[in-house]
Amino acid sequence: MAEFMSLRDAVATHLSDGMMAAFEGFTHLMPYAAAHEVIRQQRRDLTVVRMTPDVIYDQMIGMGCVAKLIFSYAGNPGVGLLRRLRDSLENGWPHRIEIVEHSHAALAHAYEAGASKLPFAVLRGYVGAELPIVNPEIREITCPFTGQTLAAVPAINPDVTFIHALKADRRGNVLIEGIVGVQKEAVLAAKAAVVTVEEIVDSFESHPNALVLPHWTVDAVVHVPGGAHPSYAHGYYPRDNAAYIAWDRIAADRDRFIDWMTEHVLQVDETVFAGRVAWSDRS
Amino acid sequence: MSRDFTPDEMMTIAAARMLTSQDVCFVGIGPPSAACNVARLTHAPDITLIYESGTIGTEPSVLPLSIGDGELCDTALTTVSVPEMFRYWLQGGHITIGFLGAAQIDRFANINTTVIGDYETPKTRLPGGGGAPEIASLSQKVFVTMKQSRRGMVETIDFFTSFGHGEGGDHRRRMGLETAGPVALITDLALWEPDADTGELTVTSLHPGVTAEMVRDTCGWQPRFAANLAKTVPPDATELSVLRELKARTARAHGTG
Repeated sequence: MAEFMSLRDAVATHLSDGMMAAFEGFTHLMPYAAAHEVIRQQRRDLTVVRMTPDVIYDQMIGMGCVAKLIFSYAGNPGVGLLRRLRDSLENGWPHRIEIVEHSHAALAHAYEAGASKLPFAVLRGYVGAELPIVNPEIREITCPFTGQTLAAVPAINPDVTFIHALKADRRGNVLIEGIVGVQKEAVLAAKAAVVTVEEIVDSFESHPNALVLPHWTVDAVVHVPGGAHPSYAHGYYPRDNAAYIAWDRIAADRDRFIDWMTEHVLQVDETVFAGRVAWSDRS
Repeated sequence: MSRDFTPDEMMTIAAARMLTSQDVCFVGIGPPSAACNVARLTHAPDITLIYESGTIGTEPSVLPLSIGDGELCDTALTTVSVPEMFRYWLQGGHITIGFLGAAQIDRFANINTTVIGDYETPKTRLPGGGGAPEIASLSQKVFVTMKQSRRGMVETIDFFTSFGHGEGGDHRRRMGLETAGPVALITDLALWEPDADTGELTVTSLHPGVTAEMVRDTCGWQPRFAANLAKTVPPDATELSVLRELKARTARAHGTG
């Protein structure tokens, strides 16, 4: 049942060291404010899941929160590579994380299997690809009806999933519009879900097929305007592409990275996010 | 060499020309995205562009920096979830063209975007496959576009991210794949197509001003040239102005111009 909480309390209540956590949002609606709170609370030994680790996990990896990463694309889209992730994998700084690597199709299916409470997902995938050789969690399965060989991957069931959404109503129902990614699957697959939202409203005034997560699928709702920055919130503010481009230089150097994280994450709280975005005009 | 276009522009425009209004194209980020949108803005106005963020039939006015920029959704016919994108639309067989880039490619159009060096102890950790492994196997055809270099076009790729023609010949069939796989590689110097029998990429057209020597110098294997080697038609004024205006709008939008 959704409980309205402070971000600090939501993270402290639902995420402990050593847990498996997903921070989802496919380019759109990435839960940066929540991730920054996790960094401030110095969570350690996390297994983190995300289809596209992106800058949000570059920050968590560089700050030492992560023991293991389950992912399917680890880049800064349109900009380049994730330099803190690379430093971990190539040089062991601050430590070498373990990686479990999938394709997008497989990881999307794995969340779907998790939400469906199936032990594994089946797909027509990885044909001729080398990932099954380096990731023992990618197996083959024979269709009992046709004899076809298909790929199987284990379901993903995080201890907690963090997402950022557009709106919650007073009961804690949550609305997502625009690019919806795998957020519904990641929330329903998880044991607990923490949702930060742009605004809290009396009524969604949305259409019948809108993606709404009922309040009883969500554990904590936190009001954090701008909480997806530098990602974006459909209709609220655009993606801050300049910030993604700037990240490449910040993350290129360990000291510069630490300085930036100290100033922009450790020494502030989530209230700074509202001032970081270029708000769209809304009536 | 007083041409009024760059090799990069020739690459994008030659790649755009491969597409038609009838295509349903799964668009990779970077050079493929530029080519697909130039096609849509010139000779293929009815092409359906799909990005893996779930946007179907999108018509962005600028090139997205990521596969999930807001404008892709704002201008799309519809936006579906990512699991649905891969399950129904790609695996369901609706994609006619998968358009990919590559960090490394070999002579049989197998692609590596995962790692340079050893997987466990990488020299350079690249982003990984994303949607590409299944785009390469499940799209009816695949186009690849990348700049030529000895670093990128290699004898042996360090990691099989996406399967092209494998060891060549009928390897795709032996793997149970019924799709055509890579049917064209469009570079800044030439158009390459797989040999009908061996599956080996063969230069079928040289871009204006490009010599066979220039292709050899920028390729890590000994390239084959088609007997009836063609000359790529240079970009026309419309193609060039559409591409340049698109790039200028994009630079302004992303604050890089």
